[in-house]
Amino acid sequence: MTSTHSLHLWLLPLVPFAGFLVNALLGRRFPRALVTAVALIATLIPFLQVLGIASQFSSLSLPHLEQFGTWIAAGSFHADFTFALDQLTLVMLLVVTGVGFLIHLYSAGYMAHEDGYWRFFAYLNLFMFFMLTLVLAENYLLMFVGWEGVGLASYLLIGFYYTRDSAANAGKKAFVVNRVGDFGFLLAMFLFIAHFGTLSFSSIFSQITAHPELHGGFLTAIALCLVLGATGKSAQIPLYTWLPDAMEGPTPVSALIHAATMVTAGVYMVARTHVLFDRSPLALSTVAIIGTATAFFAATVALVQTDIKRVLAYSTISQLGYMFLACGVAAYSSGVFHLVTHAFFKALLFLAAGSVIHALSGEQDMRVMGGLRKKIPVTFWTMTMAVFAISGLPPLAGFVSKDEILYHAFTAPGPGKLLWFVGLFTAFLTSFYMFRLWYLTFFGENRAEKAAAHAHTPASSHHAEVDEHHHAIHESPWIMLGPLAILAVLSVIGGWMGWPEGLGGGNWFGHFLAPALASQHVAEAGSNSLEVTLALISTLVALAGWFLAHLFYFAKPELPEKLSVSLRAFYNLLLNKYWIDELYGAVVIAPVLFLSRFVLKGLIDTGVINGGSYAAAYTTQGMGAIVQRLQSGNIRSYAGWLALGAAGLLLLTYFGFGAHLSLR
Amino acid sequence: MTANFQLLRILPEVILTIAGVLIMLIEPLLGHSTSRKPLGWFAVLSVFASLAASFAQLGMAAGTAYYGVIQTDAFSVFFHVLIALIVLVSLLVTIDTANANTESLGELFALMVFGAVGMMLMTSATELLLVFIGLEISSISTYIMAGFRRKNVKSTESSLKYFLLGSFATAFFLYGIALIFGATGTTDINAIASQLGTSAVPMFATIGLGMILIGLGFKVSAAPFHVWTPDAYEGAPSPVVGLMSTAPKAAAFAVLLRIVYVAFPALHAHWQPLLWLMAAFSMTIGNLGALRQQNVKRMLAYSSIAHAGYLLVAFTALSTDGIAAASFYAMSYAAMNVGIFAVVSHASGYDERLSLISDYRGLAYRSPLLGGALGFFLISLIGIPFTGGFFGKFYVFASALHSGMVWLTIIGLVNSGIAAFYYLRLLASAYSKPTNNALLDPMPRASFALLLALVITISGTLILGIVPGQILAMSHNAAVSLTSGIANPAPSATHQ
Repeated sequence: MTSTHSLHLWLLPLVPFAGFLVNALLGRRFPRALVTAVALIATLIPFLQVLGIASQFSSLSLPHLEQFGTWIAAGSFHADFTFALDQLTLVMLLVVTGVGFLIHLYSAGYMAHEDGYWRFFAYLNLFMFFMLTLVLAENYLLMFVGWEGVGLASYLLIGFYYTRDSAANAGKKAFVVNRVGDFGFLLAMFLFIAHFGTLSFSSIFSQITAHPELHGGFLTAIALCLVLGATGKSAQIPLYTWLPDAMEGPTPVSALIHAATMVTAGVYMVARTHVLFDRSPLALSTVAIIGTATAFFAATVALVQTDIKRVLAYSTISQLGYMFLACGVAAYSSGVFHLVTHAFFKALLFLAAGSVIHALSGEQDMRVMGGLRKKIPVTFWTMTMAVFAISGLPPLAGFVSKDEILYHAFTAPGPGKLLWFVGLFTAFLTSFYMFRLWYLTFFGENRAEKAAAHAHTPASSHHAEVDEHHHAIHESPWIMLGPLAILAVLSVIGGWMGWPEGLGGGNWFGHFLAPALASQHVAEAGSNSLEVTLALISTLVALAGWFLAHLFYFAKPELPEKLSVSLRAFYNLLLNKYWIDELYGAVVIAPVLFLSRFVLKGLIDTGVINGGSYAAAYTTQGMGAIVQRLQSGNIRSYAGWLALGAAGLLLLTYFGFGAHLSLR
Repeated sequence: MTANFQLLRILPEVILTIAGVLIMLIEPLLGHSTSRKPLGWFAVLSVFASLAASFAQLGMAAGTAYYGVIQTDAFSVFFHVLIALIVLVSLLVTIDTANANTESLGELFALMVFGAVGMMLMTSATELLLVFIGLEISSISTYIMAGFRRKNVKSTESSLKYFLLGSFATAFFLYGIALIFGATGTTDINAIASQLGTSAVPMFATIGLGMILIGLGFKVSAAPFHVWTPDAYEGAPSPVVGLMSTAPKAAAFAVLLRIVYVAFPALHAHWQPLLWLMAAFSMTIGNLGALRQQNVKRMLAYSSIAHAGYLLVAFTALSTDGIAAASFYAMSYAAMNVGIFAVVSHASGYDERLSLISDYRGLAYRSPLLGGALGFFLISLIGIPFTGGFFGKFYVFASALHSGMVWLTIIGLVNSGIAAFYYLRLLASAYSKPTNNALLDPMPRASFALLLALVITISGTLILGIVPGQILAMSHNAAVSLTSGIANPAPSATHQ
């Protein structure tokens, strides 16, 4: 315990948990205003507390540990309820509570007409509880509690509209796919215990630091297991397939859990474990390659999606890929920096998309949008900020953080140039598909009204009133627009705290994180001119993407049609997401189902286990009958048994039976 | 040491004795129709006071009083607290269960309090004769309580059987003390070890220890001295069974720990295999016996035999971890077992309307609270994680495994598996739709006393299962304070 005074870190997760308990147990009977108040206060308090911690942060001795007792103790192994606070934690706390609060606020407007309002906010608070536990944990086991908990909250919220089959299935899919990743996480924990005898971060990392000769070997094994865990939670190849389906959940959930916070847990975990990754070049390269491949792959799929939320989902996967790429070239602070800016603009994109969907009473298909610029101006302008930011136009947040990652990739040893090139090309694709979304949604003629005039479009979403009375397109209430405005400001200026030195900035963010993420890898020093050149190239690429999107979806809207016909095979490949879902279905799911149905159930379960357990049960029951028969109820026989037992015991004692016979 | 200071070392017992006497004095003065429940609340308060006195002893340095017959240390406090909590909850359940038909309820409260005095004395006594006196105080009050429903044949039968067989076992215990005295010339537990020496052990001491194991084995209902248990539990009033299946056993286990680890560590080659056998037999016979029971209380009686077996497993570990695990297990078993008897008592009432497993059908529909609590305690008894039952078993088996008791651990784990069957049978029954309309009446409203009892037992079971750190540390301190007596070098230890 290094600090002289306690910061009461336990309050951070427990306040949202209290909110969850109140709303879950009593919310059904509460009026909506009360449910809202409970949920908002339960997220506002932690946010204010984090701000308070941040204000006195410089006076703390870091890492600041607070222990709340032992959780598990078995022999020499023990896992404690310990929370730790360092620079990385503080950044995560600010993002989780800050963005979390804004999204809670937004939800109060967005969900206002939904059934199960209390359930929604109870789950949302539950999510905050687990996410804060995950971020604050000082050992892998406690982190795993948060890790699993956010998975649970995510499952509950994806399946929020549980009466809809697709939503229930999407929830299940997310859960099952994440299990595969958790398997890796668990294996990593077992390996930690086997090799280090502990799961505490500080203890493991100091043991690694104390042995400079440790390199590769089992460290690589542990790191790769952790990577598997991270790919599940952060939706990377090969475990990304759940995230697009997760869009079945209400849009604020997509913004909070599936864009800003939970899906970044994998990145956080890798950054947190950087001491280990630094010792394993193989694991680092794996992370870099997975990240780059995912970024590129997801961006290509996003090119042709027509559902506004799915475009954003693939975009999230792609952006998470950038963060992985950063970690993979040991530029952890750049990865975390992109995590932060991404939290701003991607949350904003989702919330603005939600506002669009809200305005159109549930419509999510971009093909029937268009021309909304004038009708929902606030949404349009805020979303414009986010689109510019994610596309990498200077000086917005996305430009700064993405450019930093590309710079580090370029200067990284080995295949760094290749990673940089793919990353750059992905940036071009990103710019293209984001401006495509922008043009399709806000420009051109309003296809929604046209479509509605022609034929009845089947409602693609949950807003029940769609069919009843096609609302006039309306701007969202202030409670939704407020968060949009704040996030828009952050999307613009959020990157300035990390403005690179090569472009005349101070990279305050990188320096702030440096003590927590001090890496042994010293990147090849790049020159300022190189950084300026790379930034220039990035900007040009982003502009190129914009130009192409302008051409395709504004200037000559008939072009995409023609192109999709002439490149039919390629277009179909993208439209069907490379048939990865189908591939998994055929290669993994079908064999598993076959194995379960015929081998496990038919042969093992019915034959071996049932047969075996029946046999065991009958034997045990038979012996039970004998024991019961001995219990005659006759007191003389009882006394007899007692005497017999006593005699036996004394005989054994007398002959010193124990002295001769070991019963081990 | 001043006399006042010495008094502090028996203050918990003194408080309860005074309270018990007062209750006995007031009881006859009350009119026929006057409710006796205030007396119960008075008893509850006195137990609280005694609990506080026990905790206060933690602040004093460990030490002896009254010519070394009493020793208070972390170990005695641990079991004092445990016994006080059990008696507290049992009093609450009695207050909840008693109805107009209950005769001389005040006496029942007084007996519970007196019994607690005896049990507490057992855990802090370091003089075998004082242990015996404590044992008798607790046993005699339990005999009477078992037969408290005087008009009920089963209750009387239960009391008589318990009394006769109990006296039989007590005789062994007493004879054991005599033999040990003959062999070592002392009945002071702390002095026996040094008198024994290590070389040639007088056979009298060995046989005396065997006798004591028989006597205590009976008290904790370990096989093969368990035969009385199902009959006694079936007939005794349910709140009393909750008490007698946990508190006297905890006290007897404390005595057993003290005797084998403080007085006879040198003879561990003799007693360890015996306890190994008793553990294996108790687990197996208890679980097999419970399998086919239709009567809930008989089933729980066999279950308590099995749990005594699990607890004995920890004895064979021969380590402080083992002692800590045994103490921890005693606490977690008490939390869940007293809890389940609180549910059973309230559900079946003082007249014991529900006795068979099939009678519990639909309990969860009649009272979601009782059904939920029953399910929770059963889950803990099975040993499913996030309950005290899980961590109790975990630490017991971990300590045994650590000392190389592989086979005993395997026997224990197989038994845990078998046990799930009969616990789940009751659970399934409580959550099935009742077939019989008579079983559909809503339950009597839960009183404040019952709610308090359930809150204590449920939160206890949860704390032991989720954040056991604090209590684990307490049990570990208890174990260390017990074995630090072993560390005292015996004068003749360096013989040869």
